Amino acid sequence: MNSPESLKLATPGERDLVMTRVFDAPRTLVFDAHTKPELVRRWLLGPPGWSMPVCEIDLRVGGKYRYVWQHDREGTKMGMGGVYREIQAPERIVTTEKFDEAWYPGEALGTLVLVEQRRKTTLTYTMRYESRAARDAVIKSDMESGVAASYDRLAELLSTTPA
Amino acid sequence: MKAPHRLDTIFAALADPTRRAILARLASGEASVTELTEPFAMSQPAVSKHLKVLERAGLVSRGRDAQRRPRRLEPKRLGEATQWLERYRRLWEGNYQRLDALLDELKTKPPTPGDDR
Repeated sequence: MNSPESLKLATPGERDLVMTRVFDAPRTLVFDAHTKPELVRRWLLGPPGWSMPVCEIDLRVGGKYRYVWQHDREGTKMGMGGVYREIQAPERIVTTEKFDEAWYPGEALGTLVLVEQRRKTTLTYTMRYESRAARDAVIKSDMESGVAASYDRLAELLSTTPA
Repeated sequence: MKAPHRLDTIFAALADPTRRAILARLASGEASVTELTEPFAMSQPAVSKHLKVLERAGLVSRGRDAQRRPRRLEPKRLGEATQWLERYRRLWEGNYQRLDALLDELKTKPPTPGDDR
């Protein structure tokens, strides 16, 4: 499972969560897949069983976006949205983000950076929370269930924490 | 659930390869500082320093034997941290695998006419 494409996750500093992932595609396509609603709703779905009935994107600085997910069987809905703070196509987007029923204080700031090399794109997504308490609340909420990871997996997950 | 401020301490403790190796060693049974020093080609004070970080994070505790003062793993604490990382990673990896498939499709498809963004 240690392919070069696998997702890396790190928690540098007190307020950040950082994901890194390589895609075998030019960054214009990766950028499109993050900014065109008809493309976003095909992949940004979370766990199996959820779809994205609402995906509105006003791609300009100060423009808003709004996402709503729905559980296909139970009908449960979950929404989030925010404002575009910076847009530099096709390499950088900064947005505010807040879930409708946020379980952490304040807004988060999401920074998407796309770097292309030899037609492969490295995506780095940094979520900066308002405080350490907010970030840890995000982490904590997900800790209640899950599967135990092996030590190997643990090493793999943490091997990317920047010095 | 314990105090949330300790999460930082846990992730910082786990970020170091030597400390991960110490945890892996303790996973197979408790060990004294001397016993832990042997496989790591490190001085005892250096190992003690790493152990202190692991103890502060609640990942390692001290056994009852006052002479040996064996260290042992606190698997529950470790489980909390790894479960979150694993679950979060899995959620996003699911998203990104769908994105992989979408990108493959887009690569083979010529751009739609009038779509020049």
